[in-house]
Amino acid sequence: MSRRKMWGEWLPMALLAPAALFLVLFIAIPSFQALLLAFQAPGGSWSLDPFRRMINDTRFLPALRNTLILIALIIPIQLVLALAMALMVQSRRRGAGFFLYLYAIPLAISELAAGLVWLAIFTERGYLNVILHGLGWIGRPIVFLSYERPLGILLAVVVAEVWRATAIVMVTLVSGLQMILGEYWEAAEVFGANLIQKIRYVVLPLLRPSLQAALIIRTLFAFQTFAVVVALGGGVLPVLASEAYIWYVGANNPHVAAAYSLVILVLSAAITGFYLYALRTRPEEMER
Amino acid sequence: MKHSSWIKDALWYVGAAGMALWVLAPIYLIGLLAFSPRMAVYRWPRPLLPLEFSTETMRFFVNATGTLAATRNSVVVALLTVALSLALGAPAGYALARFVFPGREAVRMGILMTRMFPMAILSIPLAVTFIHIGLYDTPWAVALVHTAMALPFVILITASIFVSIPRDLEEAAMTLGCSHLSAFLRISLPLALPGLAAAALFTFVISWNEVFAAAILTLRQRTLPALVIVTLNESPLYFRFAGGFFMVAPALVILFFIRRYLFNLWGLTSR
Repeated sequence: MSRRKMWGEWLPMALLAPAALFLVLFIAIPSFQALLLAFQAPGGSWSLDPFRRMINDTRFLPALRNTLILIALIIPIQLVLALAMALMVQSRRRGAGFFLYLYAIPLAISELAAGLVWLAIFTERGYLNVILHGLGWIGRPIVFLSYERPLGILLAVVVAEVWRATAIVMVTLVSGLQMILGEYWEAAEVFGANLIQKIRYVVLPLLRPSLQAALIIRTLFAFQTFAVVVALGGGVLPVLASEAYIWYVGANNPHVAAAYSLVILVLSAAITGFYLYALRTRPEEMER
Repeated sequence: MKHSSWIKDALWYVGAAGMALWVLAPIYLIGLLAFSPRMAVYRWPRPLLPLEFSTETMRFFVNATGTLAATRNSVVVALLTVALSLALGAPAGYALARFVFPGREAVRMGILMTRMFPMAILSIPLAVTFIHIGLYDTPWAVALVHTAMALPFVILITASIFVSIPRDLEEAAMTLGCSHLSAFLRISLPLALPGLAAAALFTFVISWNEVFAAAILTLRQRTLPALVIVTLNESPLYFRFAGGFFMVAPALVILFFIRRYLFNLWGLTSR
């Protein structure tokens, strides 16, 4: 008995240790090294030079601004669309499960592939122009993705990211909904609530933990938006992650690249803290 | 009453089909380009139907320098990632599911915290380290970073898989004389196997799709997404579209196989 009890204390630690060690080696230590790199000059001496170079770079502010604009546009649209999809597939109608699977398909698609998929649509001789021409609305192709108009590229990135990553939010919301709906929804129906009221007073409050999770995940990933921007904009539209990439690969300067990645980390931590605070579940609401 | 429910049904199906079209049409269109002749990309106007099926574009992509090697690297990296993540993550998930121990909540929080660390902050210092220790530009380098990215997911996924297998079954086996290990091997593991297989496939997709670390950590041993993104600006449009389709297709097939597990994998783990 005492042998088993001893096991009971040591076994979980022994099972967790390898994974914990790995995460320390490949997440904690690199993050610390990034911190060091960002405060060192290329020679190795302590310096604010990387941050100075980052901030003085003409692409820094646009990159920061574009990243924030993308988040501000993409996340709300995704939330609404994902909620609509998630509520639709709650229906008991035939085919609801099939549609749920269809809506989840973009889960398998990478950011890079999504960028290329939408490049096929938005490029000058792409399918959007083909369709517009087929409808007789335009004679010659419109240039959507041009070097002169970064706004067009920005909107194309928004469309591609909404298309790709809404599925992530949707799946999180569906799994949250499955646990809560049913009787609450029916009770609201009995009292004659309309759809808007049901969403406002039943779905959203009960869905808060899932919403919080989905928002955190999506926003954290959105700060790292990279490949879709490169695929659609070819470097015309700077974002934080693409600048980190360019400083490392193009300029061969890991110090400024690390400074950029620290900016992403600090923003990520701040937004996570904000969501946790703004969408906190109050103790009296915990028991479900 | 009857009448209005008919209208509601019709509206539901129209809405559901509209959203399905939004999801599927872009995949159809890139598939259409991937299986049209190369020059079809530049034709204006052109049909929306597959009137001129051709494997020319895909053959051009597959036979292009580096594609096959990059595909092989992608597969090797993804398999290494799956093996490492499951070997490290499944025991940890089991521990979280089966034992109550001091610091358990701290461990859970720690796992969630790892999400905040962007790929850039891991790959840039690791690239510097890997250059020093000679691991740079190898499938192992990429697989290690991919494992760091996938491991937290795998721990939480496997924890939820083992939670769903009643502990009583293991305890019953132990009262009948099984050791803890053999109770696990004979009872829990077989029951967990389908879920673990889904987790493995899911991890495969995560790694197959990752591009940032792969592009930073390789030079010649490119993975497929790394190859496509670094050659993007020099490659013709049809090459990019074929590449896009080539990357999407296997992920779609895998998603089809794990569709039953999607909610366990994505839904439960993201909280």
